[in-house]
Amino acid sequence: MRDIAIISYAQTPQLRDAGAQNDIELVMDVTHKAMDKVGMTIDDIDFICSGSCDYLGGAAFAFVNAVDALGAVPPKVESHVEMDAAWALYEAWLKMQMGHTDAALIYGFGKSSHCEMRMTPTLQLDPYYYSPLWPDTISLAGLQARTLLDQGKYTEEDFAKVVVNSRKQALSNPHAQLKGDVTVEQILAEDYMVEPLRMSDCCPVTDGASSLIMVTREKAEQMIAEGKIEKAAYITGLDHRTDTHALGSRDISIATSASIAAEKAGVGKGSIDIAEVYAPFSFQELMLKEAMGIGENTKMNPSGGTLAGHVFMSHGLERIGEVADRIIKGEAGRGVAHATSGPCLQQNLVAVLEA
Amino acid sequence: MSNDQDVLRSEFDLDFTYTRTYGPVMSQFFTALKNQKVMGIKTSDGKVVCPPVEYDPKTAEDLTDLVELSAEGTITTWSWVNEPMAKHPLQKPFAWALIKIDGADTAMLHAVDAPKDQVKTGAKVKIRWNEERVGWINDIACFELA
Repeated sequence: MRDIAIISYAQTPQLRDAGAQNDIELVMDVTHKAMDKVGMTIDDIDFICSGSCDYLGGAAFAFVNAVDALGAVPPKVESHVEMDAAWALYEAWLKMQMGHTDAALIYGFGKSSHCEMRMTPTLQLDPYYYSPLWPDTISLAGLQARTLLDQGKYTEEDFAKVVVNSRKQALSNPHAQLKGDVTVEQILAEDYMVEPLRMSDCCPVTDGASSLIMVTREKAEQMIAEGKIEKAAYITGLDHRTDTHALGSRDISIATSASIAAEKAGVGKGSIDIAEVYAPFSFQELMLKEAMGIGENTKMNPSGGTLAGHVFMSHGLERIGEVADRIIKGEAGRGVAHATSGPCLQQNLVAVLEA
Repeated sequence: MSNDQDVLRSEFDLDFTYTRTYGPVMSQFFTALKNQKVMGIKTSDGKVVCPPVEYDPKTAEDLTDLVELSAEGTITTWSWVNEPMAKHPLQKPFAWALIKIDGADTAMLHAVDAPKDQVKTGAKVKIRWNEERVGWINDIACFELA
């Protein structure tokens, strides 16, 4: 397996509503920032891969518009996944493993402010047994949270503590949408959105985009030698797994596919300084920590995580970017990034990044 | 600007207008629902999956052995909606639940219409049928306490 290096990362602020800014403008901002940071131009990139959701745009192939952000000339090999951009990174990583590309630009974007985000992901569910009932995201997450409470594994206070920690960590994240000093009592005093979940247990609706650049280890080392970059974060493990889409056919009190992906990615092969996990609901952070074998010595979600801002389709890539950025800045030596997709942590991707 | 009457107009619904067929297994399940019957399917290890699936979850082999189950089951987990959304199946406070139909080893998702203090994991529920049934999951209006 070839080590792949992340050399640059950029994201937009996590805004509740980006107003008149369209997808192209959001993407243009971050892709150019990512290239400018390391003195690259589009000529230095030989593969572009993106992740987004056509249901947000409300039209088939809506993602094609965003390609305008990079221009039609020079023509580039380009691909897209109808998934979070963490999976676009996975596609590019595979292409690099096969020796088909040396420098890839990845981006993810989502403008959700005009959508009814409790229902938009419902369109992605099984169209026979699930979608026609219109279960919203919070109701489905509530089913999962209940299994933990029923088992006596966690309490609603434990869920609230995750929120408190997220808001606190987000204070040092200039991009974060929700931040501040809140108390467990304040959160427990909120009404339920869908019992047993309160508004603060749920991720916010966010507009934004992110982008990162990956190159082969050889190319990264060459760029370091030439003084173009100081440091890179190397992907030493990457895996993704999925559980069945039928919620009633799996044990939703555990994140089985996250456990498998973490094991295959080699999470346990060394100590972990930081972990950025994609947990759309507070209690899922507790589930993922356990599933992935992340201990108390690891700093969880230093950015504030998903509760601080959730750009649907970009957030998973942002987890990888956040960890890479901290490794490049020398704040961490080894970190874990996680992305999820589907209801109740159905599909999970885990990346191990090292200095 | 042209006069309004000069402009050609056409209705347009922004929609993903795909149609699907149910296939060999689900078509039998939905036809049974129309006739107020619930079917499950047997897997290679003798378990019963309801609602049924086309392929064995472990071996990926075709599954064909449909069995009739009852219209009653048990709640395995639930969440409570105090303020229903416009598209929700019930327009009053209700529970979403995973319900294990009697005789099945897996659970189905549906809504439960019952007083909140009686919705519990382990509670027995039964199907409330829709009067108009067309062969889809909403032929079950919801579940209610058994």
